[in-house]
This record gives sequence, C-alpha cells and structure tokens, in this order.
Amino acid sequence: MRVSNALNAHRLRTPFLYILGALCLVYFPHSANGANPPEAPAVIVIRNATILTVSHGTIEHGSILITDGKIAEVGASINAPKDAQVIDAAGQFVMPGIIDCHSHIAAESINEGSVSVSSMVNMSEILNPDDIDIYRDLAGGVTAANILHGSANSIGGQTLVIKLRWGQPAAKLPFEGAVPGIKFALGENPKRSNFSIPGQPRRYPSTRMGVEETIRGAFSEARDYKKTWEDYNKRFGAGEKNLIPPRRDLRLEPLVEVLEGKRYVHSHCYREDEILMLLHVAKEFGFKVRTFQHVLEGYKVADELAAAGVGASTFSDWWAYKVEAYDAIPYNAALMTRRGVVVSINSDDAEEATHLNQEAAKSMKFGGLSHDEALKMVTLNPAMQLGIDKRVGTIDVGKDADLAIYNHDPLSAYAVVQKTLIDGRVYFDRQRDIAERSEREKEKKALIDKFKKAAEKKPEDKKPDATVPIGQKPSEKKSEEKKPEEKKPEEKPKPPSASGIDSAAVLPGGAL
Amino acid sequence: MKTTSIFLRIALIFTAASALAGQAFAQSQPSTSYALTHAKIFTLAGSTIEDGTLIIRDGKIAAVGAGLDVPMGAQVIDAKGLQVYPGLFDSITQMGLREIGAVSATVDSTETGSYNPDVVAATAVSPSSEHIPVTRAAGITEVLAVPGSGGFDSSGSGGVIGGQASAIHLTGWTIDEMLIKKSAAMVLNWPEIETQTFDFATFSRKEKPYSEAKQEYDKQVNEITDWIERARHYAQVMEKSSPAKYDRDLKLEALAPVVRGELPLLVFADRSREIRNAVEFCDKQRLRMILAGGSEAYKVKDLLRSKGVPVILRPMLTLPLDEDDPYDRLLSQPAELAAAGVKFAFASFDNSFARRLGQNAANAVAYGLPYDEALKAVTLYPARILGLDDQIGTLEQGKLANLMVTNGDPLELTTDVKYLFIRGQLTSMDNRHLRLYEKYSKRPKAQ
Repeated sequence: MRVSNALNAHRLRTPFLYILGALCLVYFPHSANGANPPEAPAVIVIRNATILTVSHGTIEHGSILITDGKIAEVGASINAPKDAQVIDAAGQFVMPGIIDCHSHIAAESINEGSVSVSSMVNMSEILNPDDIDIYRDLAGGVTAANILHGSANSIGGQTLVIKLRWGQPAAKLPFEGAVPGIKFALGENPKRSNFSIPGQPRRYPSTRMGVEETIRGAFSEARDYKKTWEDYNKRFGAGEKNLIPPRRDLRLEPLVEVLEGKRYVHSHCYREDEILMLLHVAKEFGFKVRTFQHVLEGYKVADELAAAGVGASTFSDWWAYKVEAYDAIPYNAALMTRRGVVVSINSDDAEEATHLNQEAAKSMKFGGLSHDEALKMVTLNPAMQLGIDKRVGTIDVGKDADLAIYNHDPLSAYAVVQKTLIDGRVYFDRQRDIAERSEREKEKKALIDKFKKAAEKKPEDKKPDATVPIGQKPSEKKSEEKKPEEKKPEEKPKPPSASGIDSAAVLPGGAL
Repeated sequence: MKTTSIFLRIALIFTAASALAGQAFAQSQPSTSYALTHAKIFTLAGSTIEDGTLIIRDGKIAAVGAGLDVPMGAQVIDAKGLQVYPGLFDSITQMGLREIGAVSATVDSTETGSYNPDVVAATAVSPSSEHIPVTRAAGITEVLAVPGSGGFDSSGSGGVIGGQASAIHLTGWTIDEMLIKKSAAMVLNWPEIETQTFDFATFSRKEKPYSEAKQEYDKQVNEITDWIERARHYAQVMEKSSPAKYDRDLKLEALAPVVRGELPLLVFADRSREIRNAVEFCDKQRLRMILAGGSEAYKVKDLLRSKGVPVILRPMLTLPLDEDDPYDRLLSQPAELAAAGVKFAFASFDNSFARRLGQNAANAVAYGLPYDEALKAVTLYPARILGLDDQIGTLEQGKLANLMVTNGDPLELTTDVKYLFIRGQLTSMDNRHLRLYEKYSKRPKAQ
C-alpha cells in the first residue's frame, strides 16, 4: 500500500525515473501534506471568533475552550488557563466540523457488485488511511464521514463512520461508538440499467420489482436464521446437552443486526415509488430505515418520510445524469425540511465534499431555509442521522472539539477553511500547508534529481517490479453517483491515468 | 411564519412570471422597449453607475447612464435596490446536446470517427431542452455549445477534430432565433501520450510501453498536421478557382476558415506537455488557438502570454490532477494566470452543472483572483475570446441587451436573479425545477 501511494505521490515524468522512484522509496519514505498526526495540546483556546454554534445561535467575538479534545467552555467570555495554546480567530468564523453522510474516501474499493446481496463484506476492512482525499476533504472543513459501500446491489456491504484523522493509521479512523451501517440500493443501479459488461450475462434483479423481491427474500432468510439461533440459545440455556450450534452465516448476520436495531440501513434511492417500497418492506419485517441516500424525489413523499422518522441525505443541485435523476430539484432539501424530515446535504464525491458548506448554502436560495437551517444540513442533521449527535454536530460544552474555522461566513462561496480541528487537534492548517509547499517541492526535486542521476549511471540493473500496482489517477472521483461528465458505472475498472507514462515502468515490455 | 413568507415569495415569482409571460417569448414583436431605473449598473466598461437608468430598445441597449429620460412607451422596471450586470456567458457547455447523461438516445454531443470538422453543434441543439430554462434562471444568457470535446462523453477516446461549436442565446422558439454565431470555434482534442488506455469492448485496462505510446502520439500529431496542410491547400484552390473546377470536400471546406485564421481552434489539453505542443503547433501553422481545459496552464503561463493564447478553464471545483499537487492547485490557478497576464474565461464544461458557473468564479476569488477579473471571466472575457465582444459582454450602447437584474453579487450562492433580458426580451424565469417545487409544495398533507 505504501509503495503504490508513494508512487502516486511522485508521478515521475519518465518510466526510468518511475522505476527508480519505486526502488528508492524504501530509502526516502515520503507522504504528502505533513502526514504526521498533530500533537494534542492539553488546552486550546480559540479567541475573538464569530461562533456558529448551530444549537444556540451565533456568538460574536466569542471564545471556545478545549481541554482533552472536548469543548469545555463556549461563550462571549470564558476562563482560560494561562498556559493554554491560543488560536486567534479575529475576523474568522468557527462552525462545527462538517459531517458528510455519504462518502467513498479512504476506501480501497467501493462495490462488491457480483451478487445482489453482499452484506458479508465490510468497508471497515478496506480502509486506506493514506488516501489523499482524506486530506483534501479535511481542508474543506470535513471532520467525519459515513463511508459507504456502493450501490451496485440491492443489499450492499457493511459501512462505518470515520473521523478524518489524517496521518493516523487505519485503526484510528473509525468514529468510536458510532452505530455501524449497511448500504441498500434501489432503482437503476442495483438493476444495472445503465451498466453492462460485454460478454457477461445480466444479473438478477433487472427491475424494481426484482429489487424488492431480493430484499424481501434476504430478510425472510434473516428472520429464519435469527429464529434458528434463538431456538438454539433457548435450548442451550435450558441446559440441553449435545446440541450442535447452527452454522454461522456471515451474509445474514448483519441483516439480523438490522432486525435487532443494532445496524443502520442507509439506502440509496431516487424515485418516490421505490422509497415507499422500502418503507413497506421495512414495516413488514419490523426494521427501521435510518437514512435514504440521494433521495432526489424525496420531496414528493416528504410526509411519508417524516412519518416514518427516516433521515434524508441528498445532493444540493445534481440532476439529469440519468432518468431517475430527471425530476431532481435543488429545492429538495428545503421542501423535505419544511415537512419535518431531518435532511443532510452529502457529497458522494471527494471533490464535492471540499465545499459542502457552499452546497448547504444553496438551500437558502432554493426554498428559503434560514442560515441556521442551512448550516444544520452539514452538521447537526447528518450527526443525528448517524446517531453521533451526542458527540458532534454543534458547538456545545462536552462535545468533541471537531471544528472548522473559515475566513468568512461559511455559507458563502468566498469562504476558505483556515483550520480544521478533530478531537482538539489541528489536523489542517492552511497557513502551515502553504508554508510547507516550498519544502515539499524541494524534496520532490531532490528525489527526482537523485533518480535521474542513478538512472544515468546504470539503468540496466533495475528491473520493473511486476507486483507494484498501477496507481489510480488521484483526480478520479470515487463517487458512485457520477457527475454527468463521468457517466460510467462505479464498478467499472478505473480508466487509465491521462498522463499515463508513469505506468510504462511496470510493463514487461519496458526496456529494462 | 417562515413558511408563509416563502410561499408568498414563490407566489410573487409566479405572478410576475405569468404577468410577463406575454412578452417573455414574444420575439415576433421585438419593438418592446424597457427602462430599468434607479439601478446600480455594473457596465464592465468604465465605472459603475450608482443610480442609473438602462434603456432597452429593439433588442439592444439604447442608452445607459445616470439621470436618463425614460422614452415614451417604454415599460419601466423600478430597480431600486437592485443591480444590473451583463448576463453570464458559459463558454464551454453541452447545452442542448445532452438531456439525460445515461440515456444515449438523448445525447448528441460526440459524433463517431476521429475527424468531423464539418459537423456543427447548432444542428443538434434542442431548443426545448429542460436544461436551457434551468440554466437561464442562474443568470446565464448565452453559452457556447461544444461538440466532440473529449473527456466527458462515453464514446471512448472521442474524436480528434470534434466539430464546430455554436454560440447561442438561451432563448428562442427555434435554433435559428437562438443563434449568435453558428460556427464560433473548431474543436480539436489534442492527443495525449497514453500508456494506459481503457478498452470499452473488453472492459479492461490496456497498457503499452512509453515508446509505443509516444509513436502513436506522434502519428496523431502528424495526422492533424496533414489535415491542416490539406485544408490550407484546399483553401487556396477555393480562392483561385470556381467551385465547378474542383471536387468539393465538406471536411476540408469546413477547415478552410481555420487555416485562414478566421475561425479559432478550441484545443482541449490539460497537461503542460500537451499544451506546449499544441501552442507550438498552432504557432507554426499560424492558427488562432483557444486553449480549453488548461489544468496545468500555470506551468506554461509565460508561453501562453507571449503567444497570446487565451484559456477557457475547466471548473476549479475539480480535484487536482496529481496526488502531490497542493489541495487548492486548481482553485488558485486563476489568480496566478491573471498575475502573469494570461487571458482566461471560466466555463462549466457541462449542461446540468452550468448553473455552478458563478460559484466557480467566486471560488477563484476566494483563492486570490481580483473580483472584477472573476466577473469579467464569465461575461466580457468569454465574449472577447470568441470574438463576440462587439455584441455582448458589457452594458454599452449598441450592444445586445443580454443582461440580468439581481438582488446582489451574481457570483454569490444566495443571490437571486430578479429579471433576465436576452436580446432585449424580458425572459421567463420559469423552469422544470421551479414547476416541480410549486407542484409539490401544494401537495396536501399525507394522511
């Protein structure tokens, strides 16, 4: 993993240099953007800021005291110890860190699309803490994200919530105590309407009818499986001897957790009819849908969503990239909010996540939400949807010090993130990032020069390493709901890098 | 209370829209004249007028200034507290060429084959596209519809010469009424040295050595050279003999204005190596070049300035090309290009995201571009780059009245466009999204 990422990081200009780069990495480990996790000072005080608490209004010239990663005090005047590290935020705006309820960053892969029920796979097993998109989104004020499996199948993989602790190992990314989830998907994606691979037969289901049947079938099995275990446990508990326990089923176990309310269902959907379909199925089997994702026609069934107590996590203004997105309107978030639905604005895309504050602001223009209501779309509401609102989502005493500091009102296109804090640590600092750029350039140049020199000496000694994976182009979005210019299905193999030359090194046809 | 005010507002919009509907599309009666009074007018040609009047007559700006007399018969719009700007110009779009991305039957953006200089976007622009009114509502009054521009279509590598881009007004009963300039630029997708390609037939990645990829690149560049040289020869023949005396070749004929330097080449390239090669090629062949994309234009900014090559930048709301690029590499590029004296415009490169044009420009300001430059990069500069600034781009007497009246900064996310004029016609702000919003706002509470 380290090799492939470092290779991406260097993007050397010739095949020669590329190979040599790979070989030299062991001597020059380097990760972009200061990957060492920041120190955690015991006490931080943010002063002179406009504080957008989200829960209790705006505090002008306010201060926030952070001790041990938690918010200890918030107000116009606070008692800060003398040895506190001070962040002077004069003229700046502090808001709760942005929570992205639909993300695919920090993941090695997105879709186990070969079967229609892939509940046995788990995103937590393929977290990639070196994904540069973690840092890019952090630089957009994002502090937590719901890392979802893709939408290729009716019942997708298990999901988790992470904090964007850039520089920490994979084990430190998961949001402690957050309820795990599972991805469901309805409509065109699970029925593979827009995707087909030449030479491969169509996979069931191919219609919305089949999608419903697939989910009902899976929950019928899960209900039986649950009962089998309950019977066994009952008899075991009663002291019955020589019992053979039922065989574990890794596919059904997560669905049993759904039935028991221990795992949240996050369901991809577009059309009003499929939204109601899943609500009916959930009622039949006695489970709750936690969030509908995308839910671009949610405004048509907002009352039903509100009545069922389901959260809606939607896009700001994406539309028309496929038929089921043709009735998408930018008023969706506001309309659902007005009917009592808890609504968040998500990204589904590493780039979109870098300006979710701006995307939230659009709900003021399209539907007239208030400044606070718009802010909630990317803070408190996604926190509620993910069941982490006791910990994050507002600036209140006792909550995690996960904060984004902007130079202007964050609901403006002119606002730029200055600092992002998670657990009271400054994980992103724009001034530091800018200051370190010349050093990074120097280091890169020195490495390239070194490789060049080595290449001139004895290139014939170096052999391509066939096991080095080809790095995917970092600018490729891992979004599964592609923006229109990226219409290809999420599960297709990544198209090649545009620059391309870096891969020549690992080809058997290379001169070396 | 809030709900009431919102519904009131919507109701007002609709009342206004229906009241104006008569004039909205009444292009058969172009004699209507308007007077916008007491407006703050950002002419983008000289200083801003604080309490100004703008007179529209016969589709054009008849007068603009402070304290002007309102002509007899003009419909007066009191714009006190409002601001007037030129309409936004989205200078690379898929407008009208693609309705629903995933449905190929609704997509007409890229023709089969590598060299299609004689296909013209205007031929396939659907005047009834739902994207047009949605885009208009964002204050965008005209766009360049671009065919065969590689990168965002599924037809594999796309073409090399993609066809002719058409500049169109975003209103009109027919495409003929919409046209500003049918042939405004010739699309050229500059080849790349690709060692990895994606084979859609087998759905797998194909790889080849650099030397082979370079050979293919050189071959493609030679092909382009060959086309240009044949077109130049053809143009000479056209000049010197009558049409009866030579075999007509529609493709070469379409390229003739390019080699004569009358029609600019809109060259799509992002990496500095390809940009440099394309600039050198156009320089040598004496072709007018507009760079499109330009993600690494900053690396060749001196060359672009010295050769006078303008750039239509792809949206800055895009991730950097490389993992070790600064996270704000694309966002800060416009400021860097402006400081270096490179001319550029912003564009959406899309249809459904066209309404993010202003947002893109504002983001460039957030990362250092002077505000006036950002505003001009979505109004005057695209007009100038495409040679249309004699007609649009500023609010000056004699120019087409393509303009918007807003309640604030047109680049900011929360600003509303109150009135939109295209060719002097007060144009409807109604659109698919507003209609669905109104319809479902009225849904009775479900039981």
